[in-house]
Amino acid sequence: MTDTRPAIRRRTGPASGPSPGPVVAEPGPIVTADQTSASTPDEPGPVPVTVGRVRLGRAIVIAGVVLVIAVVVGVAIGPAALSPAQVIDAIAARLPWHSHTGLPKLDLEIVWQIRLPRVVLGALVGSMLAGGGAAYQGIFRNPLADPYLLGVAAGAGLGATIVVVSGGNPALMPPAAFAGAVGAVALTYLLGARAGRSNESPVFSSGTSSILLAGIAVAAMLTAIQTYLQQQHTQTLAYVYAWILGGLSAATWSDVWLILPYLLVAALALLAHRRLLDVLRVGETEATSLGVDVARVRLTVVIAATLGVAAAVSVSGLIGFLGIIVPHAVRLTAGPSYRVLLPVSMIGGAAFLVLADVVARTAQAPDEVPIGVITAIIGAPFFLFVLRSRRAHQDLS
Amino acid sequence: MISFDQLTVRYGTTVALAGITGRVDGGEWLGLIGPNGAGKTTLLGAISRLLSYQGTISIGGRPAADLGRRQLAQLIAYVPQRPVLPPDMTVSEYVLLGRTAHISYLGSETATDRRVSAAAIERLDLGAMSDRTLHTMSGGELQRVVLARALAQEAPVLLLDEPTSALDIGRRMDALELIDQVRREKSLTVLSAIHDLTLAGQFADRLLLLSGGQVAATGGPADVLTDGVLAAHFGHGVQVLTTDTGDLAVIARRSREPRGRNS
Repeated sequence: MTDTRPAIRRRTGPASGPSPGPVVAEPGPIVTADQTSASTPDEPGPVPVTVGRVRLGRAIVIAGVVLVIAVVVGVAIGPAALSPAQVIDAIAARLPWHSHTGLPKLDLEIVWQIRLPRVVLGALVGSMLAGGGAAYQGIFRNPLADPYLLGVAAGAGLGATIVVVSGGNPALMPPAAFAGAVGAVALTYLLGARAGRSNESPVFSSGTSSILLAGIAVAAMLTAIQTYLQQQHTQTLAYVYAWILGGLSAATWSDVWLILPYLLVAALALLAHRRLLDVLRVGETEATSLGVDVARVRLTVVIAATLGVAAAVSVSGLIGFLGIIVPHAVRLTAGPSYRVLLPVSMIGGAAFLVLADVVARTAQAPDEVPIGVITAIIGAPFFLFVLRSRRAHQDLS
Repeated sequence: MISFDQLTVRYGTTVALAGITGRVDGGEWLGLIGPNGAGKTTLLGAISRLLSYQGTISIGGRPAADLGRRQLAQLIAYVPQRPVLPPDMTVSEYVLLGRTAHISYLGSETATDRRVSAAAIERLDLGAMSDRTLHTMSGGELQRVVLARALAQEAPVLLLDEPTSALDIGRRMDALELIDQVRREKSLTVLSAIHDLTLAGQFADRLLLLSGGQVAATGGPADVLTDGVLAAHFGHGVQVLTTDTGDLAVIARRSREPRGRNS
């Protein structure tokens, strides 16, 4: 979890290492290149050095299939139930080369104007929260990191609350939430990065814990201001509370188009850093000695994740838990390499939030359960199940 | 290859290195010795610019301060005393990290990077284990894995911090022999902190004795490993013997005053 993690020196597995033979007479395990090729005749060529290409392909296919199923289920289920075939037919009906469909106009409207924007928005938000969580776990080398770590949630909550209590147009809530989220992270970063400089300890550890602590302080402060504002305007309490719990019930295509550019840029930037996030798995000090400008990687990832997550939060409210459990579930099933973890978490997060939203709007129909409640209620047991069924030595950071 | 002049490193108000001056010649193995807290690790950290320092360090004739991170990593491979070994990373993934300095910021590994990594894995006799994850490997194997990553870095200078502290006496000898062979094959310059004075004398071309952040002595093993010099910096009871192979063996003598046992 931190740079002070002791080196792993466990002795398990087959004893194929150097045999404890006589040392003075012959330096046993020291093998020259000639001896190597002689001792392993079945493997004449150099060993292939690969980084989980097979794992990546398989994991993406599996996650992609789950996402497609989630989207079809998400569109099919609702007050007017549709079959999967009808859903596919309705979606295809808008494609230019698809001439006609047997579906009634009403069903088409339900699919295209109500359910599909909601499903697409859920997929985008879920993808961003999971991808942001995975990236933060990587750059802060902390398994508890989630996309709200640096104050995004508190800043967005304060921004939205200010609009509500000042009687502003509700249409201003997303931009205010976005601005609050970005401002909070900027404040955290300025305070934390400045505190973390210079040779503080002989093990060369620097920066991250001061940034994390600054994030906690900034979040506490902004949440306190937001709580105060709320208490001064109790008539708006329910409205603010509903927004904070998060939900996709008001989703429209314009929300999708509004956040899509931010999410695309953020996702591409995060994915572009997946090799560097793997280098960071050996810790800041060694990554630096390997030639990585760690501060630059961290800042770039934070900016990208903040823009994306702030955009997602501005239209969906604060959906919790997903940003922690989806990356860990992927890590435990597909392995800890960020080359696999980052793209698969994005797809998995999309599928997870779409399915959680289906439960949110059907469990108590016609009322909606806050989606954050669902992500935690489904997510926690699922995550504990994955955690228990896997090995204990996983590299969780 | 490396020289440092008036090098000072502070941790807050604690002075870890107090204006030391020295050099490591191209192709030589310089052993850093000295008591705990003498500044050995700090010197390695400063040369790899993991610590901020005052004074000058130059590498291959260029001031280290002028080199970017990647340039520096192309010149210096640093192996810390206790490397972080992600338990689920495979040997080949780990060794490939050594190529980081040869890959552009957002680039990915090329066929050359894979070939160099594979050669380093073969050189350290890890070919049969390249798909093993690190948590399944023994201390001696991990030592070679870490060394393979440093070799894959293809840097002319190798900085090693106590490369053998976790190994038994046999594996320790194996590891140092291997480092010696590799550095001769590839004409590497080696700067290593070595706690064990006997091993330091057997493997290093030259020794630099640090004590209290100062250079206490420097020169060939026979000049530095003497009863008088060592006693002054490690305390009394250190004795240097010459073995039948001509090596210097440094032992600590226990005072044999009668002491009540189990009474």
